[in-house]
Formats: sequence, C-alpha cells, structure tokens
Amino acid sequence: MSGSRMLAVERLRSPLLEPVSFELAAGECLPVSGPSGSGKTMLLRALADLDPNRGDVRLDGQARDAMPAPAWRRKVTYLPAEAGWWAETVGAHFADWPAAEPAVVALGLPAECRDWPISRLSTGERQRLALVRALVQKPRVLLLDEPTSGLDSAARTVVEEMISACLAAGAAALWITHDDEQARRLAGRRLTVEQGRVSEAPL
Amino acid sequence: MSYIQLELTDLAVAALLVLLNAGLSIALQLKLERQLVIATLRMIVQLLLVGLVLTTLFALVSPFWTGCAALAMVLFAGREIMARQERRLAGFWAYGVGTGCMLIAASLVTIFALTTPVQPEPWYNPRYALPLLGMILGNTMTGISLGLHTLTSSLVRDRVAVEARLTLGATRREAMLPVTRSALRSALMPIVNAMAATGLVALPGMMTGQILAGVEPAEAVKYQILIMFLIAGGTGLGATAAVLAGGLRLSDRRHRLRLDRLAPPRG
Repeated sequence: MSGSRMLAVERLRSPLLEPVSFELAAGECLPVSGPSGSGKTMLLRALADLDPNRGDVRLDGQARDAMPAPAWRRKVTYLPAEAGWWAETVGAHFADWPAAEPAVVALGLPAECRDWPISRLSTGERQRLALVRALVQKPRVLLLDEPTSGLDSAARTVVEEMISACLAAGAAALWITHDDEQARRLAGRRLTVEQGRVSEAPL
Repeated sequence: MSYIQLELTDLAVAALLVLLNAGLSIALQLKLERQLVIATLRMIVQLLLVGLVLTTLFALVSPFWTGCAALAMVLFAGREIMARQERRLAGFWAYGVGTGCMLIAASLVTIFALTTPVQPEPWYNPRYALPLLGMILGNTMTGISLGLHTLTSSLVRDRVAVEARLTLGATRREAMLPVTRSALRSALMPIVNAMAATGLVALPGMMTGQILAGVEPAEAVKYQILIMFLIAGGTGLGATAAVLAGGLRLSDRRHRLRLDRLAPPRG
C-alpha cells in the first residue's frame, strides 16, 4: 500500500500534546516548526511511542498498537537532536558496519572512524553518524529532530541529499527545523506547534 | 564449653572509655559530647530491650512470635533500603520493591539454612532462626540498596544512551542490559570483597563471639563459612530480584523508559 496515506495519525494526544490528526504520503517530507518548548519533540516522541500517548497511528494500514513497540520503532524511527551512544567505539554502535560504511564516507568521515572512541567525535560528527545508524535500518518513516543544526552548509547539503534519496525510495519524513529556507526547500506544507497544539499550514 | 560471665561493675569500668571520648570532645571542642551521650544511651537501652525480647522469644519457642519478630526485622531493613536511595521510585514502590525482594530472599535462605545445614529442634527455634536471619538480612539489605541505587542513578545518567537503543528497535531488556549489569555488579561487590578479606583483615563478629563463648576455633570457622555462603546466596537472590523488578517498573510493556515513575530528586 502506498499513495496518499502511508502514515495515518488520528487524534494522537498525550498530557503535553493536544489531539492531532494528519496524514503523510510515501515520499513526502513534512517540516515541523514552532517556538522551542512548544512540543515539537513531544510530537515526534509520541509518534515513535517513546512516551505514553493515545490515539490511532497506522503505517500502511497496520495499527501501531497491533505490533510490538521495537518493531514499530524500526519502521518509524526517531532521530533525537542529541544522539545517545552506549558503547566505547563508533563501530560497536552498528550491527552491520560494511552496510553503513558508504554512507559514513559520503557524509565526510573516514572509514577508519569505525575504531574511534565516541569521546573523540565532534557534535556534528555524532549527528551524522547517528543519521547513518538510523538509515541503515531502512525505516519507512523518519522522525528527524533538527538533523542539520550542528552542521556547516556543505555537510547540510549532503545530509539533505541523503534524506531526499530515502524519500525518493519510498520513505516519508517529519522534519523539525527552525530554518524557513530549509522548510521551503523540503515541502509545500508544514506543521506548526504552539503550546502543544499542532496545526497544518501551507508554506 | 566455658565462658567468663560479665558483672555490671565490669561494664562500668569499660564505660570509662566512652567517658574518655567525651572528655576528648570537650577538651578539643569537637562538639560531639551531646551526640556521644545520646548514642551511648540509645545503644544501652536498645541492646537491653533486644536482650529482653530475645529471652522471652527463646523461652516461648513459638512459631507465631518468632515470625512476628522476623517480620519486624524485615520491615525495619526495608525502611533502611529506602532511606539509602538517592532517586527513589515514586509512591509505594519506593518501599515495596526493596522490602518485597528482601523478604523473599532472606526468608528463602534462612528457611533453607534451618531445614538443611543447621537443623535445630524445632526448625523455627528462635535461638537459631533470629540470629541467622539477622546476619542474612543485614547483608542482603546492603546488596539491594546498592543495586537499586546504581540502577536508578545510572538510568537517569544514561537516559539518552538507553533511549538511543530503544529508538533503533531494541527491547527494554536489551536497552537496559548495561545498566542492569553494573547495578548487579555493584550489589555483589561487597560480599565478594568480604569473602576475599575475611580472616586476613578482620575476624568476623560471629566467629569471634563463638570463640569468646568457648567454642573451638575450628568449629567456629565452620559456622562462619556456612554464614558466608548463606549471605552470598541471600545477597545474590535479593539483589537480582530487586534490580529486575526495578528495571521492569522503570519501563513499560511498550518498551518505553519510564523515568517519570521516579520520585523527584530530594534536596
């Protein structure tokens, strides 16, 4: 099933989020903007089922509550603004490093970074590696929390291209950004969040 | 067996040592004399009361009253576990998890000791049951509080790392495994260290007591080895149960990390 409603969200709500309904088609990218603290991150976390929430969320017609949460998160993957690292080296965070290496190199890191300790990485390097770590699992929906905030313009372009390639291959994305220019580059409509209230507006 | 009975005058003479401490505190202005006096009086009164209670319980040999005393000991130890937590679980769980796991672990190991290696007559004889329970409880309590303390504080510290694994599709068990491991390690370290150091650095209290009471050292040593095994078993069992239960409480069936189930930090 593809077409108009790959991801269907109906009355998604949590203590910090007023009920929100929207749909996302395959290949679509929907920017999310709003002042800090308004609940943008809460919206993405609720979609990934990381915080207690209610509402009907379906992917390709399959109800979220009908599948185990880990399986859901592999398909609908949240990429936080600050990524977490649980092991000593970069490579230990990838189940399949050879599959990830081309993307790592494309994002401007050397292949040897597999053996680097996490503590050696800059914020921007961490952000790019976290993106690759999520993309190698081939999620259907990407929930991106400011994925380019710590990057220079060259790196930002590569990241945008890489995400565009995923969208062209049939994925969809919700993308938190403060950059109107970027939002306009990405799509024709966007979600805005203010004090937990989500609304949809054309750009 | 023969041992030297103490008279009240003997105690009075020894109490001079505490008075010496009080004098020291006054002379050097440590401002400890008040606390010292209160602590000494508390120690005397509490021990006299325990002596009285134990004398009564030993005379009764009643399963009901022995059980009541055992339960009271567990409940006090449970309060101690809660007091040692920097980040407690919210609500009843703060007391419930530690106390419940300690109750199960300590009673299993004590009943095992009474029915298999020691076998007093009857098996619940308070002269054996209560001291055994006391020693097992004291160490299990330390293990459980260390385990829960490490679990909650590491989950708070490593929240981003644990959630990173969850977002990539790990189960809560996989995502929390490093934290669970370090919690169990810190719960078990004291008993491992105690076993390694026993006899070299310190003579265990129970063994010393038996020797003073006239028991042959070789016999006292056998008892001490048994006690160490019991303590290790109780600590392992109790800490494992408490850390797993705490981990389940701090996550939910949708594999979310639920740090909102921790009480707000104190102070």
